[in-house]
Amino acid sequence: MACISPDGKPTESGTKLLRSLKSGLRSPEEVAKYTGLPLFRVRSGLRELAGAELVTQKGEGYELSPKGDEIIGSLP
Amino acid sequence: MEELQEEIRPPRIGDPAPAFEAVTTQGTIKLEDYKGSWLILFSHPADFTPVCTTEFMAFAEIYEELQKRGVELLGLSVDSVSSHIAWVRNVEEKMGVKIPFPIIADLNKEVSLSYGMLHEGESKTATVRCVFVIDPNQVVRAIIYYPLTTGRNMAEILRLIDALQTTDQHGVATPANWKPGDMVVVPPPNTQEMAEERLKQGYECKDWYFCMKKL
Repeated sequence: MACISPDGKPTESGTKLLRSLKSGLRSPEEVAKYTGLPLFRVRSGLRELAGAELVTQKGEGYELSPKGDEIIGSLP
Repeated sequence: MEELQEEIRPPRIGDPAPAFEAVTTQGTIKLEDYKGSWLILFSHPADFTPVCTTEFMAFAEIYEELQKRGVELLGLSVDSVSSHIAWVRNVEEKMGVKIPFPIIADLNKEVSLSYGMLHEGESKTATVRCVFVIDPNQVVRAIIYYPLTTGRNMAEILRLIDALQTTDQHGVATPANWKPGDMVVVPPPNTQEMAEERLKQGYECKDWYFCMKKL
């Protein structure tokens, strides 16, 4: 797991991806540009976060799920 | 009675790259995650071996140059992800080189088999040193195989990428030992008319079929 730790918390790169969706729906390309992460890592990371129900896929884009939003809200 | 075995045909140049989903040192990655980028998928025989260690340090050294060319790197061996992690940490600690690209842990040999990376005559268990250059449309554009005993040449890998990208960008071919800045080969004409026209186009022609030009 690259974006979620075994304890279920997002890793540093997972948090980066979640934060990038704070402003709403974004495509993996936009997330890559925003975070500076390589596109392949963004695609695989968002897929993993979707599997953990922290983000939701909408067409070609992703947005925070209520659970993801809650996690981001609790971070300093 | 002969046992029937399902033969997996490894990809050849021009074939679509076989799809995969694999566990790597940077999470689970699918081939389609690289759509739109060039990809060098390469295998090595085993972690914690000297030739492979020199190769990984050399791949890390050209990583920035590859990134400038829009190329990602993805390593592979049939070792576990824990072994990969321990090895890259060891390389960083002992050699001072950080490995920035992911490595597939192909324990079930699924990816190695689909890409023809296991050559039984060379080794019954380890992958040989393969390089698959995959373009942004996920088509295999070049393949290199090296035996276990010979480390690969990074300058040649960079040259190969430059040549393929030059071909795509300008519709030309590249001659022996070509390097960026050298003259390129104009593709041979298909008709007599084209052959005659070509001689008037200011190319450097040795004959009607052999014309070079500067880019």
